[in-house]
Amino acid sequence: MTREESAMTKEEQIAALRAQTWREDLRKSRKTKERTDIPRVEMNEQDPEIRSHNHLEVNLGLTAEQARLEAARCLDCANPTCILGCPVEIQIPSFVKNIERGDFLEAARVLKETSALPAVCGRVCPQEKQCEAQCIYTLKLGKPSVAIGHLERFAADYERESGRISVPELAPKNGKKVAVVGSGPAGLSFAGDMAKYGYEVMVFEALHEIGGVLKYGIPEFRLPNSVVDVEIDNLRQMGVQFMTNCIVGRTITIDELKEQGYCGIFVGSGAGLPNFMNIPGENLIHILSSNEYLTRVNLMDAANPESDTPVAMGKCVAVIGGGNTAMDSVRTAKRLGAERAIIVYRRSEEEMPARVEEVKHAKEEGIEFLTLHNPLEYYGDERGRVKQMRLQKMELGQPDDSGRRRPVPIPGAEVVIDVDQVIVSVGVSPNPLIPNSVEGLEISRWGTIVVDDNMRSSIPAIYAGGDIVRGGATVILAMGDGRKAAASMHAQLSGKE
Amino acid sequence: MNKIVSRTELSDLVVRLEVEAPMIAKARKPGHFVILKLGAKGERIPLTISSADTQKGTITLVVQRVGLTSNKLYNMQVGEEITDLLGPLGRATHIENFGTVLCAGGGVGIAPLLPIVEGMKKAGNKVISVLAARSKNLIMLEDEIRRHSDEVVIMTDDGSYGEKGLITVGVEKIIQREKVDLCVTIGPAVMMKFVSLLTKKYDVPTVASLNTIMVDGTGMCGGCRVSVGGKTKFVCVDGPEFDAHQVNFDEMIMRLGTYKEEEQEEMKKLHQK
Repeated sequence: MTREESAMTKEEQIAALRAQTWREDLRKSRKTKERTDIPRVEMNEQDPEIRSHNHLEVNLGLTAEQARLEAARCLDCANPTCILGCPVEIQIPSFVKNIERGDFLEAARVLKETSALPAVCGRVCPQEKQCEAQCIYTLKLGKPSVAIGHLERFAADYERESGRISVPELAPKNGKKVAVVGSGPAGLSFAGDMAKYGYEVMVFEALHEIGGVLKYGIPEFRLPNSVVDVEIDNLRQMGVQFMTNCIVGRTITIDELKEQGYCGIFVGSGAGLPNFMNIPGENLIHILSSNEYLTRVNLMDAANPESDTPVAMGKCVAVIGGGNTAMDSVRTAKRLGAERAIIVYRRSEEEMPARVEEVKHAKEEGIEFLTLHNPLEYYGDERGRVKQMRLQKMELGQPDDSGRRRPVPIPGAEVVIDVDQVIVSVGVSPNPLIPNSVEGLEISRWGTIVVDDNMRSSIPAIYAGGDIVRGGATVILAMGDGRKAAASMHAQLSGKE
Repeated sequence: MNKIVSRTELSDLVVRLEVEAPMIAKARKPGHFVILKLGAKGERIPLTISSADTQKGTITLVVQRVGLTSNKLYNMQVGEEITDLLGPLGRATHIENFGTVLCAGGGVGIAPLLPIVEGMKKAGNKVISVLAARSKNLIMLEDEIRRHSDEVVIMTDDGSYGEKGLITVGVEKIIQREKVDLCVTIGPAVMMKFVSLLTKKYDVPTVASLNTIMVDGTGMCGGCRVSVGGKTKFVCVDGPEFDAHQVNFDEMIMRLGTYKEEEQEEMKKLHQK
């Protein structure tokens, strides 16, 4: 973004980009009808039978031809509503039109102006609920939206594979230091923006790897670690520094950070604490949280015989929950050799919070869905290993606070199922480490850090975002928070507030 | 980073390592632990910090070789580095002047007991330490414990040193002899279970420091969960010290066996190398 552009309003910026000569020529090059007649591209995928036995990425990406044709579907609207659906306000038509004209590197550059992690977002964002839900095809034409997510992934992958990765333009160094707590999507997004504003940025990470949930949580078959590493390298190129094995509030205190000259701190420590259901038998052997299961397999590489970390590979695995993490867990279990891998969810498929794509992929891979069932109790063998679970059958009642129909037990309808591993994936609570170790920080009764509209906490130098504020959301919302916090902290520290 | 600066074999099973870790040394308090990992493919294991030297910027870890990583650690030499070291973790021991404190440590549990003995003494308590092990060569850090205790009782299973008998024999004699205001126990889970049953009988408040399976050590995985007073607690963030009378030790002992088979496999591989 040039200086002149940053002085404009968002609308003026969008209009200025749209008025570029090449954009006008491109718009005129095809009739609207020609564009709307093109069917939406289908993502190339690994065969379900093959992929359910390997850890390689399920989605293979689009070819350049597929991407350019898909990009041609975009009508380059004067009022691009898609941008409103994006938590980090990517200039969507601008990057899409660059793909259409064949300038893929420029498309990637546009993405990186607003998103620190485009290759990640192109893979894990719920676009169908965000940008694509606001696409004119969805809103007005009654047709499948432009495949914005697939195109985002294409541009980011193209740039990475080309080896010609651009580093975003950085403002001159302003000599100020800021600290980031946690290297997940919120922290990385914040770090990238602050580096662009000219700050010296240090990211503190508790684990031995950078990336937070992108590394320990999301499996290789959905988001390869190599993709995350390239995005982190990109931040390093921008001057962002990282320190692993360091917990702010423990290894180093907030006061020590201030003494070392850090004038602002952003906390993106995530939703660390897995929830359990507190039902009988839940502490039996081989009942574990999805966090533990996925951390063992993803971060610790436990399924690899070379790794020192063990993981049990159940033959009959039940995963409790209906979110993306539950889908990740159950599909991982299948890949580790489970003969039966079952989703147990208390509502119906319609209420499942998981992305439609994940549910579809899971089904293709032979995952069983036991919806409208809720665990009541687990039974163990003589050594304390889980062997069975008792489930309550449910039906849907009146809508609850979330607007979804509340699951209600059907009296007397129970079933007992044999299992040798259970993965509990019923949500997470905020990590208590930071809230507990920073005096004066206002904490909600759910354990989240309380922030104002600018992501600022009750302590003026401390901002926060992502799951430590939201209590369990998505990668892109966390990134949006990081971006917003960076803008507000920058305004505060540069005296513009 | 995390270089081993000194190494002392306390027995053929136990080694004391002094490790460079200035930030942890400065921040740690009695009761805190670290998570460490060896090599790129290493596992993460928790170890309680035995002592720290803020001047030198070192922490001391006492390791008994039982599993894969503790065996690797035992074999490490001065100058080698621990790949990853995170801490201090957990809640620090609650130290105040209780009156008379009985510190009961078994085997390698004596090491993490040391900073608590020291802290309790400094806080003005009368400290009586009962140290127990299978035999004489496994009684460690006796001099250091003596330095901060008003009285030390040694118990060995085979009678090779001190009195013959289990730790509970020594603990019970003290409790029968005088009023004990608090008992702190660290050692193998089975030992802590029986110390806890005993002190419950005499109504002596007791704290146990639990060492469970952990991955991250920051509350993220829940692998360390135990039942305390019928509620599930995470040892890493809620502990590691709990009211021993509320801890379900049988469940904890069962859960410690989760990866027994995998561990035995790995040990076989280690010995073949």
